[in-house]
Amino acid sequence: MRARVIRASALLALLALAGVWILRATRSADAASALGKDTAEVTLCDGQTKVEFAADAPKTPESGQKIADALMKKWREKNPNVDWEAEELTHHTIAPAADNKDLVGSPQGATYGEISERDVLLWKTESERFVVAGSKVFHSGAELGSTIGVSCDMCHPDAANTHPETYPKYQVQLGRVVLLRDMINWCIEHPVRATPLAADDPRMRALEAYIYAQRKGAALNYGRR
Amino acid sequence: MKSVETKYLESREELLSGLGKLNRRQFMKVAGAAAGAALAQGILPPHSFTPVRVASAATGDAGGFRFAYISDSHLYTRDKNDRFVRGLLRAVDDVNRMDPQPDFVLYGGDLAQLGRPEELETGAQILKNLKAPVRMMVGEHDWYFDMGEKWRSLFGADNYSFEHKGVRFVTVNSVVEAAFWTAKGLTPAERMGTVAGLDNGTQSSFTVGDANRAWLTKELEGVKNETPLVVFSHSPLYKLYKKWNFWTDDAEEVQKILKRFDTVTVIHGHTHQVLTNRIGNISFHGMLSTAWPWPYAPQGLPEMTIQMSRPDPFDPNDGCGDGEVTVNPDGMVDKLYNLWNRNPVTVSRTYMKSNGKEDRPPKPLLASY
Repeated sequence: MRARVIRASALLALLALAGVWILRATRSADAASALGKDTAEVTLCDGQTKVEFAADAPKTPESGQKIADALMKKWREKNPNVDWEAEELTHHTIAPAADNKDLVGSPQGATYGEISERDVLLWKTESERFVVAGSKVFHSGAELGSTIGVSCDMCHPDAANTHPETYPKYQVQLGRVVLLRDMINWCIEHPVRATPLAADDPRMRALEAYIYAQRKGAALNYGRR
Repeated sequence: MKSVETKYLESREELLSGLGKLNRRQFMKVAGAAAGAALAQGILPPHSFTPVRVASAATGDAGGFRFAYISDSHLYTRDKNDRFVRGLLRAVDDVNRMDPQPDFVLYGGDLAQLGRPEELETGAQILKNLKAPVRMMVGEHDWYFDMGEKWRSLFGADNYSFEHKGVRFVTVNSVVEAAFWTAKGLTPAERMGTVAGLDNGTQSSFTVGDANRAWLTKELEGVKNETPLVVFSHSPLYKLYKKWNFWTDDAEEVQKILKRFDTVTVIHGHTHQVLTNRIGNISFHGMLSTAWPWPYAPQGLPEMTIQMSRPDPFDPNDGCGDGEVTVNPDGMVDKLYNLWNRNPVTVSRTYMKSNGKEDRPPKPLLASY
């Protein structure tokens, strides 16, 4: 849901860009001869996706919309997995991030003015997108690089029994103090049989985000056996 | 700095060399004390010769019998994942070592992980090594790639019943899901992949379904109320936690069919844990998996359940296992969970009959988070 909001605004931005490109459209002599009249070519901001339209098309918002729609349609055909976040959310639920609605209208210092609806929506949406990315890795042996077809959710549905709130703690079996990411890597290496991830690997960061998010509300209790 | 392993081996060495210094009298004293301590905790290793004799003497010779169970092996093919294959092999070894042999072995479903023919064939091949006859039950992981076609060709009907020593046994397919895949146009592999995810919310809830319920009713028509009844189903035939399908959506209707019998026991797979429930005349017992344990559901846990200890991730087989069921002459069962590398846990008929007041199984060493 939230991810859709962001994509909708991305779409609007693309439409605006398409408008800009209309102004920069170039006449195409070859196409003109094929169609028997003048056409103009419009290129999307990716520099690759193109559509042609009659050069004498009326310069109205409706006409611009049509061109933008045609461009987006072409681009989506080339990028079929663009909705992976929404797709992931149809399969797996994530705990919602704090909405910070109580902060709307309150000042946050001279530089940025007061906190707006848009601010809190952005914070929540982006936080949740990070967690959705983690959900995707958590539920995919392929993303984790498992050599035996094992993913985290097979033992930890909805990240149950991962108890991130208990880290750092002395891990008796390892004889040292570990962080959540150390235990994630332990699982990746042993039950999952994959290569451990670097601490700043985007998959590790996403996994941590998902696991913490799923234990929302649990009191921090580091060191708990 | 010494590693944990080195420290452990050193202390072990010290203890063992100490034992060597004992004379016979001292040794008997130590051994006796150890055995005494084990007995005091009610620990009887289930599959060694002597204790089994003790156990069968305890149930009395006036009838009764035992069957073993193995469940939820979730096999990929051997070359893809040897770990799950070794789990099932270990269970087969456990059961083959039972002496006397059980009357039969129940396989509790989810033999395959992704329902592929070669996974089911791998499982069938391993189960052929069992000395006792096998009774098969189907799980969702066996079913949703080809809608049970391969499974049925290997093992026969998914619903069947039989009589054994005066007890009526019924195996019923309880993993029927409404077709969530048609509208979405999913391929068989995508459909199976969806069902294989326990926390995948795209799938539907498990049901026994109209057809199987009608079959069940008909199959039980001629059976007297006082005949002990044992039902095998993959999902628990009650409502525990919908999100993970620890749940059967038409459970109430199934329970209604079973209501007229004096003694009913449901043995189910799917939940991969020690799980106990009692609703009216029906006792419900879960089965352990040979592949991995599930965490307990965050809500809905039956009061009768005394949880198994939190599995140690550093012990690859912890929380897994197999087990056996002793059916007593009164039709009530003693359910033994043979947790690998741990003390076995028995949920006795006395515990069930007294609604949890007597003969309580041991509390977990470490509770769930």
